[in-house]
Amino acid sequence: MNLALPVLVPVLPALGAAATLATGKRAPGFARPLAILPVAASAVLALVVALQLGTGHSLDAATRLTPTGGPDVSLALHLDGFSSLISVLVGLVATCVQVYSTAYLKDDPRYPSYAALVSLFTAAMFLVVYSGDLIVLLVGWEIMGICSYFLIGHHWETADARSASLKAFLVTKLGDIPFLFGIFLLGTDAKSFRITDVLTAAADGRLGHPTLIALLLLAGVAGKSAQFPLHTWLPDAMAGPTPVSALIHAATMVAAGIYLVARLLPVFLLSGAALVVLSVMAAVTMVGSALCALAQDDLKRVLAYSTVGQLGYMAGALASGDRDAAVFHLVSHGAFKALLFLTAGVVIHAAHTNSISAMSRMPGLRKRVPDAYWTLAIGLAALIGLPPFSGFFSKEAVLGAAEHAANGEALTNGLGPASAVPSAAGWIVLISASATALLTAAYATRLWLVAFHGPSAAPATAEGVPYSPEIDEADPAQAEPHAMRWPLWVLAVPTMGFGIAGLRSNWLPALLDGGSLRPSAATAVIGTGLALAGVLISYAAWRSATARAAAVTWPAAADRVPEQAGPPAVETIPADPGRILLGPLFRPAQHGFFVDRLYSAAFVGPTVAAARLVRFLDREVVETYVRGAGTAPRMLGWVVRRAQNGNAQAYLSALLAGVVLLTVLVAVGT
Amino acid sequence: MHLVYPAVLAALLFSIGVYGVLARRNTVLVLMSVELMLNAVNLNLVAFDAWLRDALHAGQALTLFTITVAAAEIGLGLAIVLLVFRTRGTADIDRLTALGDPSEDAEDAEADTVLKGQAVA
Repeated sequence: MNLALPVLVPVLPALGAAATLATGKRAPGFARPLAILPVAASAVLALVVALQLGTGHSLDAATRLTPTGGPDVSLALHLDGFSSLISVLVGLVATCVQVYSTAYLKDDPRYPSYAALVSLFTAAMFLVVYSGDLIVLLVGWEIMGICSYFLIGHHWETADARSASLKAFLVTKLGDIPFLFGIFLLGTDAKSFRITDVLTAAADGRLGHPTLIALLLLAGVAGKSAQFPLHTWLPDAMAGPTPVSALIHAATMVAAGIYLVARLLPVFLLSGAALVVLSVMAAVTMVGSALCALAQDDLKRVLAYSTVGQLGYMAGALASGDRDAAVFHLVSHGAFKALLFLTAGVVIHAAHTNSISAMSRMPGLRKRVPDAYWTLAIGLAALIGLPPFSGFFSKEAVLGAAEHAANGEALTNGLGPASAVPSAAGWIVLISASATALLTAAYATRLWLVAFHGPSAAPATAEGVPYSPEIDEADPAQAEPHAMRWPLWVLAVPTMGFGIAGLRSNWLPALLDGGSLRPSAATAVIGTGLALAGVLISYAAWRSATARAAAVTWPAAADRVPEQAGPPAVETIPADPGRILLGPLFRPAQHGFFVDRLYSAAFVGPTVAAARLVRFLDREVVETYVRGAGTAPRMLGWVVRRAQNGNAQAYLSALLAGVVLLTVLVAVGT
Repeated sequence: MHLVYPAVLAALLFSIGVYGVLARRNTVLVLMSVELMLNAVNLNLVAFDAWLRDALHAGQALTLFTITVAAAEIGLGLAIVLLVFRTRGTADIDRLTALGDPSEDAEDAEADTVLKGQAVA
């Protein structure tokens, strides 16, 4: 196979990004083609590479980049079914997002830099996916981190965006430091940074510290893939423009951590402890984020928490030792979550608010955005896991993997013995995933009902100026431009149809490790039953909430100042099933179970206090010495200046006195 | 003649000159006192030259040299005094302190501004 094609895939968007940055100021007309064309070309090339590679093959190529004295760093390429599949997903989503952004950020003065960063981000993700060397992978990993920082802070005029971008950067870096040491340790143990060599070493049992390595790597994965306890940055990252949320915080970057664990799964299989840690991490993340999502009022934050939960599913599948299921869910989730976010962008664009409660008071929103209404329904159905949408199949694969692991017969597909996966990990994942299926169905239903099916009898109180951090580019009276509508349907196709790919063993499973991805009868019934139960419970709660809200006299609600008062998170949803379902848990869930507050008390506060102490020491202690060093010569100078009074006779008198003194001294001395 | 007479005379003359330089207020009189000191030295030179019976008469030669230099010096000095008197209207040496440190008040004001500058910074 021609090596130029896979090399061009990450290089083209990087060149596009450089060109966009170079010409953005002088020739803004070129920004749009320069943003779309390289990414689209890469997407096509990624598809061509995947087709040429076919199933069951892998391609390795490497050239030594630099000798380090230890294991060499090489510019290596590793292509197999996993990288093909994910690169095609990245290409598809990135192209859709770039096209969508041309309309969404039409009048944004910083569009060229935005488009360049999205292109650069895409290049970095391709690099991570294709890289066969851990150090080169780390380079792509960090470029993604910095692009994410810039893109979250795109609306840097607002304090929210600034603090969210800083938070995202710091939290992910906190995970990256152990990750870096994990890579070093892995490279030292395996005597190579090449992933193939590392996996060979793992198979031969030459890795000295598998548990330590796995735990160090997990810290980086938790940061990047927003797993507990480093998940707090992702919901705040919604301060960025919606297409960025779709690309980075749903489909690709957060998937990088899952992809890395999938690539290095044989290393993780060496350590049962690491798998249990991963499963606990996944379980806490899944259940917690689903509860949080049920209480959020901001449309994008609901989706962000659901992303965190779905990433927990993938991590759970990995903890059960089945990377096929994890990557299957990754790809189907990438498609439907990108769809959900782009749809959310359309809805926010039309409603001019992020708040679903404000949307519920907006009459006719359903008819304003028919495309978004239907595609949002499709995406949410996939998220819930209703058959026959893709989410059903991938979620069943995860549940099946967990069930097998719980029975002690984990589906490792030849990567390691089935006994390598502790059955405890399987049980933890299975129970939490089932609970999450119920909760996911509940919050997805709530989102759809509250946003689009508000009580029509309610007076339209949202006529004021609704709050939205997005800059309003278009006249809300007009329909959304085509560039914002057809990416939705493009992404709706895999959302509806991709799940079938796992049915036959010579389709998708052949591309991966070959394990079965068919939903098994038991988990399919349980999963679907729980999902339906969640939908019904949520619907019933919504009905009773609506009835109660209708009973309340409306003028009281109309009196209060609505959305201008601040972010919509503080206001109550008139007919919110989440409030009924969660009961006393509602307030903690709304604030992410106060994890942020805990962190600021435990880490941010002491750090700030230490910084204050250092400032005090510098200002008051060190500077006192410096000022003292200045004051003493100053006083001396003041004394000497007294003598300089300008009277020549005084000088001469002093001179004479000196001469007399010296003479006397000499005379006495001799 | 004994050496002590010219030596004492020279010492007296020099002392008068020193007193005049340090105590007189008129600049012209200060210059005159400088001349007195120079001439005291000249007297010493001639006296010791005669007493030592120097074959080369170096003392007397040096005296002539000093007289020449003193003439040039007094000419220059008087010219400066004249110019100072014309520009300032006075030749009082106590009041000619322009080359000295500025007065105390000005210094305090300057110090204040420096401190204020630090506080602002």
